[in-house]
Amino acid sequence: MDELQTRFIDITGVEMAFQTKKGVFQALQAIDLTVRKGEFITLIGHSGCGKSTLLNLISGLLKPTAGVLICAGREIGGPSPERAVVFQNHSLLPWLTCYENIHLGVERVFGAAESRAQLRDRTMAALSLVGLTSAETKRPHEISGGMKQRVGIARALAMQPKVLLMDEPFGALDALTRAHLQDELLKIVAATKSTVVMVTHDVDEAVLLSDRIVMLTNGPAATIGEIVDVQLERPRDRVALAQDARYTEHRRQVLEFLYRKQAHPATQAA
Amino acid sequence: MNALLKSVPNEPAPAPTAAVGPARTITPPRKPAAVVARRAQPFAAAVRLVAPPLTGIALVLLIWQIIAAQNEAFPSPLVTWQAALELFADPFYRNSPNDQGIGWNVLASLQRVAVGFGLAALVGIPLGFVIGRVQFVSRMFGPIISLLKPVSPLAWLPIGLLVFKSADPAAIWSIFICSIWPMIINTAVGVQRVPQDYMNVARVLNLSEWKILSKILLPSALPYILTGVRLAIGTAWLVIVAAEMLTGGVGIGFWVWDEWNNLNVAHIIIAIAIIGVVGLLLELALVSLARALTHEQVAN
Repeated sequence: MDELQTRFIDITGVEMAFQTKKGVFQALQAIDLTVRKGEFITLIGHSGCGKSTLLNLISGLLKPTAGVLICAGREIGGPSPERAVVFQNHSLLPWLTCYENIHLGVERVFGAAESRAQLRDRTMAALSLVGLTSAETKRPHEISGGMKQRVGIARALAMQPKVLLMDEPFGALDALTRAHLQDELLKIVAATKSTVVMVTHDVDEAVLLSDRIVMLTNGPAATIGEIVDVQLERPRDRVALAQDARYTEHRRQVLEFLYRKQAHPATQAA
Repeated sequence: MNALLKSVPNEPAPAPTAAVGPARTITPPRKPAAVVARRAQPFAAAVRLVAPPLTGIALVLLIWQIIAAQNEAFPSPLVTWQAALELFADPFYRNSPNDQGIGWNVLASLQRVAVGFGLAALVGIPLGFVIGRVQFVSRMFGPIISLLKPVSPLAWLPIGLLVFKSADPAAIWSIFICSIWPMIINTAVGVQRVPQDYMNVARVLNLSEWKILSKILLPSALPYILTGVRLAIGTAWLVIVAAEMLTGGVGIGFWVWDEWNNLNVAHIIIAIAIIGVVGLLLELALVSLARALTHEQVAN
């Protein structure tokens, strides 16, 4: 693989500081990370460690105070449909139907080059990808939390992004819905060969989905502590994996990092 | 008010001695009792519904009657009622420019409010959008709005008379001034309070400014805008009466002043009631408009 493929996302020496009323808050420092094309990366760490900040830096919603982020050979200068975001709280527009929510992005990305019928096909394809063609004309308040998150994923995927960025996309869902959506996401990612960076605080989710798990140290001034290379072949089956020694070992690695090496600041203080 | 009336509990009257004592002996007398209770219930509910407002009205009429009995110049409720019947028998007559039916006067006032208010909406809502969206403009207009907002719209009347050289546009000008502040401020606040999540969506989707305006800002700020519109029309209706007293011509405000000059106090009381009813109707119309236009705001 050439340089562009292996260093599809290239983060070098990134620092992020916020100006607050109490002075400067150093959220992230010395972040170096490269992501392969088609790789599935999860960012895990205790709350407040800056994983969402790192994701927002990759999306371009935030600009780093130091360092460089490069995606597909170009510096990330701001948000773009190329790096689509699935937001934690789905962020669907409540006054638009599911179809219209997805169409908004599709229209923006492909509207100049394609006919109305093609745009409609793309939108419907995205809806059917997440199994929600029946919810086409429904508004977000008429569907369940899991369905809303699926529309959020469909909205992101419909724009055919180079990178899919997910900020705790299943955090607000119950365990069964969450498992179901994780399985769906695995299938979709396998089919679309997407490059994914996902923030999570769920160890099982991280091991099940990722190629690599990037573990962040506690903030302030968080950085990358360790990276676990998940050696599990795809497609992955959650039931079979529950018995798998490698799965258990990866899980242990992450837990050890989170609860031994980086015990939560609150418990440390106590 | 509506919610208060609707919240009157609709629970059935408690069935006496239910399931107490030997059931067989009690059954025959219990059944008719329950039927009676159920039949009486709609009537009781109706009484509970209308009794409080009727008591309030009766109290006002009583106080009015006492005042009228003490003061000869003050017409009693009955005299006022008779005057009202006479007045409403022919609301749309035209004897001369200064002697027209009550209906024409109300319509003239409503027309002024509509024009002044419409112009204010045309200017105020877009201006509110720009203020809410552009920091520079917000800070540019902030002090001016803060300074001018507390000024009575009537203080602007002479400026209107000077500029427009005519009473009618000057009254409309006062309405314009008083309606524009709540519309600017509420629109700006609504635009500023658009959830950051939606704005992040707009940034990631890289939406054009027009799409942001039509698909995100406008629907999100609409409830705020409609509140501004409601506040504005309420104030406009308050101000028109005062403005017309000063400018003269045809209109409910001038009519009140005219009747005062004629010492026709009954007509003044009738005018007060009419102003109240029209104001209430305007408010209700805007509330139902708001309900029709507002999307269902449902939390996640």
